[in-house]
Amino acid sequence: MEFLSDIASLINSTLRISTPLVFAAMAGIFAERSGVIDFSLEGKMLMAAFVAAVGSYYLGNPWLGLLLAIIVCVCLSMLHGFASVTHKGDQVVSCVAINILIIGLTTALAAAWFGQAGLTPTLNEDQRFLEINLPFADVLREVPIIGIIYSDILSGHYVFVYLAYLSVPIVFWIVFKTSFGLRLRAVGENPSAVDTAGINVFTMRYKALAVNGVLIAFAGAHLSTAVNANFFREMSAGRGYLALAAMIFGKWHPKTALIACLLFGFTDALQIRLQGVELPAIGEIPVQLIQALPYILTVVLLAGFVGKAIAPNAIGQPYIKER
Amino acid sequence: MSNIVVDKSKVPWWVSNVIVPLVNLTLALLVSGLFIFIAGENPIEAVKLIIFGSFGYIQGFAYTLYYTTNFIFTGLAFAVAFHCRLFNIGGEGQAYIGGLGVFLVAINLSFLPIPIVWLLSICGAFLFGAAWAYIPAYLQSKRGSHVVITTIMFNFIASSLMIFLLVDVIRDTNQMAPHTVKLPEAIWLPSFEAFSGILGIKIRYSPLNLTFLLAIASLFFVWFLVWKTKWGYEMRAVGHNTQAAIYAGISPHKNIIIAMCISGGLAGLLGVNEILGVSHKIQAGFPAGYGFTGIAVALMGRNHPIGILPAAFLFGILYQGGSEVTFEMPNITRYMFVAVQGLIILFSGALENLFRPQIESFFVRRLSKEVSV
Repeated sequence: MEFLSDIASLINSTLRISTPLVFAAMAGIFAERSGVIDFSLEGKMLMAAFVAAVGSYYLGNPWLGLLLAIIVCVCLSMLHGFASVTHKGDQVVSCVAINILIIGLTTALAAAWFGQAGLTPTLNEDQRFLEINLPFADVLREVPIIGIIYSDILSGHYVFVYLAYLSVPIVFWIVFKTSFGLRLRAVGENPSAVDTAGINVFTMRYKALAVNGVLIAFAGAHLSTAVNANFFREMSAGRGYLALAAMIFGKWHPKTALIACLLFGFTDALQIRLQGVELPAIGEIPVQLIQALPYILTVVLLAGFVGKAIAPNAIGQPYIKER
Repeated sequence: MSNIVVDKSKVPWWVSNVIVPLVNLTLALLVSGLFIFIAGENPIEAVKLIIFGSFGYIQGFAYTLYYTTNFIFTGLAFAVAFHCRLFNIGGEGQAYIGGLGVFLVAINLSFLPIPIVWLLSICGAFLFGAAWAYIPAYLQSKRGSHVVITTIMFNFIASSLMIFLLVDVIRDTNQMAPHTVKLPEAIWLPSFEAFSGILGIKIRYSPLNLTFLLAIASLFFVWFLVWKTKWGYEMRAVGHNTQAAIYAGISPHKNIIIAMCISGGLAGLLGVNEILGVSHKIQAGFPAGYGFTGIAVALMGRNHPIGILPAAFLFGILYQGGSEVTFEMPNITRYMFVAVQGLIILFSGALENLFRPQIESFFVRRLSKEVSV
């Protein structure tokens, strides 16, 4: 029975830890399917975390914090678009610039406004998101199997966890079943053909980036107003890059990207549990090695030991309209 | 906006290579001033402090040149890879591992004649840095894993690896803090204090040391390598047009590996400055963001050694002057200058074409008027 509840709590934390990755991977799918590289997921997630924490601290409502984070992230996405779509600057350079700018700015402003440690004030219960207990979770807990699945795994998460997994089928539907999605994918594969069909390539890419900004804001808000009750320096800790790797591993497809995100989440959940544990035959693994596991996994997955990933055809290339 | 068509052949070199970058830099600094204002301090006072801190006294100036040394290495590191169209943003990790190379060579071979120890330590730094860049290069070329993600991951992995080594393997067991023992004093690189004594200037302490000359030599090395050798030519050919390079019989795989290894090696040389020159031991996290700043330095210097030298010096001023600012202004932390770097990358890298057409056409019109008069 103890074994079962261990498994249940491992799955439970996998779902929670994967949440920001899922949002970020979905955000990445929108940008990259439209032909715009987005390494700036990392920076935007960090910015969203900062804005959401500061916003809900001052406004007293986490939803308003989230709203502010969405606005700021969409602005950052527009900045990326302005540099790389309108002015045809290098997309990777633009992303690197945004990431470094945000790492510096968030910590600098947090330190200037709230003191040298670069932390935002701890949010109280009204200012942050709380865990949601699904109806009848307490009653059903005693039922074998169903009780564990419903009460221990599915219930008791933050709202973002449910939204993240809900976003996957929605993104799938938008990208593959609507005319917007068809245009989106076409812009990323063959922009000049889309242009010939009378669709504005630039507008499409800006729209894709706007959706990208909205989605990534959820990832940041999850970090600073749900899982944690404040913002701290570099709290995104490479999750933007992990999500991007998951998306590439998932071949720019929501369903497979979700699986990759869950794999990352599981590794992370496992590494927390493995710290300080004596393994049979190996002994205790150094904690630094365990902590590096998600990053090592990223490299291994990207190396494509499971098959080569094929990116959208026009990715990374600014579209230049012929005259 | 983009309707302005400029005949590129009529644009004088100094307009596109000096005026435009200066305009972009000015824009970045103006926005930085705005951020300093938002943080609740006076930007003009901050500029005064920066200038005083970096030029106002001899020790401050020595610090400026010490930072410049680090930025030359990491700036060159980014630039070399960039000529092959590779974004090596792993300078941070490569420098960290390069430091390990310096230390291992220096501590194990310290019985050799001193100049040989220095030479071998420099080789150690270069090789360790290069080795850390080799794996991302290999994965990029053979498996198509994007070098940006792999090098970032290698930064995280390098950090974990080094902390593990510092805590469990090479820690100075007489200390609680995770750092190694100090290298024997005989093999420390001579610092600026020693020279200034000869010149009759007395300063208490400066981290500036002989590595500065190594940095200047590296500028020449990179210039020669990239523009004057067959390797450099092939590397740039792969960067400009991989397909054309393949037709010309140039192997992209070989050149990606070479470019990344030289890039990683140059980043590794930062370890020479930090370990053989300044702290004489490995401390946790000693690359302290220099690797990332190298990106800004290289982009501002347009990836050319002639541009990287002034760009590295400018960042030296920002770092040294910036520490004066953080000391005097309670609301400004060193992270504000990380944000400034981001802005400089944004304006001189991603948005470099923001005003280029307008500026170039302005000068072309003026110059052609002068000729016709």
